[in-house]
Amino acid sequence: MEKISKTIQQYWFMFEELVNRDFKQRYKRSVLGMAWSILSPLMTLLVMRVIFTQFFSKDIPHYTIYLFSGNIVMSYFRESTRQGMRSLVSNSKIFTKINVPKYLFLLSKNVSALVNFGLTLVVYFAFCVMDHITFTPKMILLVFPVLCLLVMNIGIGGILSAMYVFFEDTSYLYDVLLTLLNYMSAIFYSIDKFPQSMQMMYMLNPVYVYIKYFRLIVIDGIIPSLGYHVLCVFYAVFYLALGMYIYKKFNHDFLYYL
Amino acid sequence: MSVIDCSHVSIRYITGDFKSIGLKEYIVRRLTNNYHVKEFWADKDITFQLEKGDMLGIIGTNGAGKSTLLKAITGIMVPTGGEIKVKGNIAALLELASGFDGDMTVRENTYLRGALLGYTRRFLDEKYDEIIRFAELQDFQDYMFKQLSSGMKSRLAFSIACLVNPDILILDEVLSVGDGAFRKKSGDKMKEIISGGVTAILVSHVMPQVRELCNKILWLDHGKQVIFTDDAELACDAYEEFLAQKKKKPPKTVEEMRTLQRAWHIRQEKETAEKAKKAAEKAAKEAKAAHEKAEADRKALQNN
Repeated sequence: MEKISKTIQQYWFMFEELVNRDFKQRYKRSVLGMAWSILSPLMTLLVMRVIFTQFFSKDIPHYTIYLFSGNIVMSYFRESTRQGMRSLVSNSKIFTKINVPKYLFLLSKNVSALVNFGLTLVVYFAFCVMDHITFTPKMILLVFPVLCLLVMNIGIGGILSAMYVFFEDTSYLYDVLLTLLNYMSAIFYSIDKFPQSMQMMYMLNPVYVYIKYFRLIVIDGIIPSLGYHVLCVFYAVFYLALGMYIYKKFNHDFLYYL
Repeated sequence: MSVIDCSHVSIRYITGDFKSIGLKEYIVRRLTNNYHVKEFWADKDITFQLEKGDMLGIIGTNGAGKSTLLKAITGIMVPTGGEIKVKGNIAALLELASGFDGDMTVRENTYLRGALLGYTRRFLDEKYDEIIRFAELQDFQDYMFKQLSSGMKSRLAFSIACLVNPDILILDEVLSVGDGAFRKKSGDKMKEIISGGVTAILVSHVMPQVRELCNKILWLDHGKQVIFTDDAELACDAYEEFLAQKKKKPPKTVEEMRTLQRAWHIRQEKETAEKAKKAAEKAAKEAKAAHEKAEADRKALQNN
């Protein structure tokens, strides 16, 4: 424990400066940069809302929020893992010359992605008001899936960043995977009409699990079961552990491939 | 105990082509058992010890494994075999100008780099002005880093890195930073740090510099240790003789021969062209002089 606090103390300033840099890179010091991170999900929402309302809105109450929940969670997952994937390669010039812990680059990218997600959440709640969602104290529970997402994103980012060092085409393959995942996460449709076995299959997709958590709390006002919470934690911890294992295993090998 | 104890250190690179073939092809080749990696020993069985106050010069031609060895000593790399024991904190000045962010200001980059080097914020707040003054960038603090000239960039990098009081200092070709004036200043700064009793390692191709500063020499060739000695003069003499011989030695392969021949032809052609140009110029000059003389004569005649 003492060792951990000492490590944090030692690297905190480094971490701060890296986060600082990532923010500047992201928003390029422009107001528009900040606005863009809100505008872009709004535009996606608008297009989807216009197109899919015809097909799905009759069966799904609060369809706008239903869509929006899926969209923000998915786009947070996408952005954060994509940036995590590049965290090692884009900083290779630094850690091949200076002895620094490499996971700091991954963590700092995740901080800036999380803050960006926070911005979209503000818009999300504004839409909740417009869509006549009743706000309840239960909504505080949304912190839970967000935390799980953060942990899982760090883990998956770690796995991807290691792969991206070794294989250049990781980024293309992951984009393909993301597109598939996008359709498999029931963002604009409901899975209620699928047979039970098929619905269970959706539970294998962690992104869907977290999206559903959002919808249950915000739209239905229901607190998910304890088992559901355990599942959320399981995915987060599983991917984090896998990411940490890969980082530890290849920590000293990255250098050879950059 | 020695400050740096390097015993039987070997470092192996693996050169496969997975980076270029990508994951898909990698899996296919793995499945068809068609995947091969090549091993490459950048350093093989290197042993040396340094005591406090020693100044080691590492010499050797390109690709001898000098930089790789330095990376292992700083802890950036982990040796494949052998062991490196280091006592005290290390400041390593390796190809410093890379790794800055072009879209951030000089000030921001200074803090970022300082943080990465392990300085505290308080230390940087204190030393910031000194860094900028030493790098002579007082008027450029709020410029984007990409707007600086390459000389300014390396000056800044050097100034940030050399501000610490390390126990061990590692220098990879950094004593040749910036223009003449700055080179002298940085050299003086280095000497000041070295004379403070640190243990230092210097990689340099500038032999007079090595002779002047180093009391121990490690000579590497193609990853192998040729010699480690505290008779620096002798080692430097031997190395220079080796270099001279290498230059004299006739090229072996046909390819090398052709390259040399081509270079020779180009040089000859250049020389011939230059000679012709000079001759033409001379002729033109003479003609002009003759013309002028004739003109003067004609005028003189007219006046008469």
